[in-house]
Amino acid sequence: MSPIMQGIITIIVGVGGCVGYFYLSNLVLDKVIFPPKAGDKGRNINRATMVRPWLFLFPAMFALGLYLVYPVIGSFWRSLFNRAGDEFIGFGNYSSMFADSAFQTAFLNNFLWVLVVPAMATFLGLLVAQLTDRLSWGNIAKSLIFMPMAISFVGASLIWRFVYANNPDIGIINAMRDFVGLAPIDVLQIPFWNNFFLMVILIWIQTGFAMVILSAALRGIPEETVEAAIIDGANPFQIFFKIKVPQIMGTIVVVWTTITILVLKVFDIVYAMTGGNFETEILPSYMMDFMFRDDGRATAVAFVIMIIVLPVMIWNIRQARKEMN
Amino acid sequence: MENIAGTKPALNWAVNISVVFLVVLWLVPTVGLLVSSFRDREQIAVSAWWKSPFPVAQNFAAKANLDNLTERDGLFVIEGNIFTEGGNDEGSIAAFGGARTSPDGTQPGDTAELTRDRTLTVQANGDYVYTSPAEITRAPSIYFASETPPDFSLENYEIILTSDNMDRAFINTLTVTIPATIIPILIAAFAAYALAWMDFPGRGVLIALVVGLLVVPLQLALVPMLQLHNKVGIGQSYLGIWLAHTGFGLPLAIYLLRNYMVGLPRDIIESAKVDGATDFQVFTKIVLPLSFPALASFAIFQFLWTWNDLLVAKVFLPSNSESWVMTVKIADDLLGSRGGDWGILAAAAFISIAVPLIVFFTMQRYLVRGLLAGSVK
Repeated sequence: MSPIMQGIITIIVGVGGCVGYFYLSNLVLDKVIFPPKAGDKGRNINRATMVRPWLFLFPAMFALGLYLVYPVIGSFWRSLFNRAGDEFIGFGNYSSMFADSAFQTAFLNNFLWVLVVPAMATFLGLLVAQLTDRLSWGNIAKSLIFMPMAISFVGASLIWRFVYANNPDIGIINAMRDFVGLAPIDVLQIPFWNNFFLMVILIWIQTGFAMVILSAALRGIPEETVEAAIIDGANPFQIFFKIKVPQIMGTIVVVWTTITILVLKVFDIVYAMTGGNFETEILPSYMMDFMFRDDGRATAVAFVIMIIVLPVMIWNIRQARKEMN
Repeated sequence: MENIAGTKPALNWAVNISVVFLVVLWLVPTVGLLVSSFRDREQIAVSAWWKSPFPVAQNFAAKANLDNLTERDGLFVIEGNIFTEGGNDEGSIAAFGGARTSPDGTQPGDTAELTRDRTLTVQANGDYVYTSPAEITRAPSIYFASETPPDFSLENYEIILTSDNMDRAFINTLTVTIPATIIPILIAAFAAYALAWMDFPGRGVLIALVVGLLVVPLQLALVPMLQLHNKVGIGQSYLGIWLAHTGFGLPLAIYLLRNYMVGLPRDIIESAKVDGATDFQVFTKIVLPLSFPALASFAIFQFLWTWNDLLVAKVFLPSNSESWVMTVKIADDLLGSRGGDWGILAAAAFISIAVPLIVFFTMQRYLVRGLLAGSVK
């Protein structure tokens, strides 16, 4: 069967199945299990009302449990076994991993990524948001800077391969070096600094995200506070740093953490640009080196990523609960 | 706010110029790719894409035509035109030479003295005269540098689509994306309604769970879920990747939709219930149609995410070349096999980003709305 037919059938079965499930389960609940008949009419309606939310929730909760909750435990459990998965070795995968110099490089590089990418993307996003705020063609400018968000990490990597290319007739960076009389250089092979050239790609993508959110936050600042500052004689820089930024601090933190989480998940850029060579490995790409080869080690890396993400997760949950109360 | 105190014309200029600068900086890499994808492969190698509107100087080699050999005053002479014999009707010689060692050492119109008293004269229009005191037995080579006009075509796209199976990868991507976008929306919409408008014990805990799951790295799911898929017989297949994308997309879907549904006016929903509508009817007839903007936002997110995904496709789809999606095709195949073929790479990349870009520019409004609902608390 061709994949397209399979896809069409899946859409029909999937959508039909979902609609059918929700419709029929409601019907069964109301007509068969708790029919509102004379005698215990009121009680049955109440019972149906108690059960119904779970009918609505069941498919989603089942999928979430299977694909996101179970793997946390499943991955941890798998990481305690050896490569073949038949021998329990406790934290053996973790201890050999921490001793591996490639893992240490990946960990340090990832630390650099977490420091630099969210900071730069948020800063540039805020800068563009502020600069375009009162500009007549601001929306066009924002739209163009936002555009890389639609491009895949692989596509973006290819785009930047052109920029970084060794040949001065292809790569802009080497064309500039050529122009001032310097020999061409492969920026992806310069130890340590090559990491930053890879980060540029993610910053290029994520600045648009930060800009969109921060731009909305800037618009949300009460006009009176800015006007009052102007009347008091504040200059534009003071208005920005002392009036506007403090008022959108909450949003800045949200943007910052969202990008931080992303940095811990993206393996595509390193994979497509250097394949982890030249000391550019980060944790997600390090994990992919072991995927299909040593599941024990791969799950151990994944669990390390999970532990790094955990504080953000807890903070998010606390914020959400605070809001609901 | 245009003329308020504190805004100076100089500052306005500075703002405009810096925004122009940033926009150009952001666009240049993509424009380079787009331009390169339309250029002739040989031109890419010798002139940069930012010089592509101008003619390109390239070196060529041709053979003099032995059929035109004549004997004149004791000299053997070959006359002809490089361009007409080479199949090109026009062109102009920038420089020429008769030896490999100096392919462009002589100006058009001048005469190059070659070894064994041979001479070569080439005019700018390609007419050449080759003379030799001795019999010419092998066709002599003529080297010349010529300016070729800019050559833009769809050739790279034709090559990548016909001989490199990129068309197959495009269809595979589409096949993965569409079910993986539609199915989570339905499942999430019901759950979001329950979490927004139905009262039951444990609701708060479930909402917190969804918020927590938003940030679970999906790397964790790769090994255990692939094992499970293999165990139940799904294996690495389209069904597997649809299920995986559905699972991974649900937290954001539920979160976005619930946040939107909570904001719907309470009066409408309560008066419908007073009139005897069941929850199922309230959901399908009132809440779902009203939530269209949020549904569209999530659909765009999920579409872009599944279209652009590399990780899930590498793990949950078979690794044979028939089931490669475009991202896998580029990252695992083209970057290696077509590594130095910049025109082909550019065309491949552009094919893979064209659809997301169209979606992005036509539905940006919904995307922005979704981002705001998903992040700003």
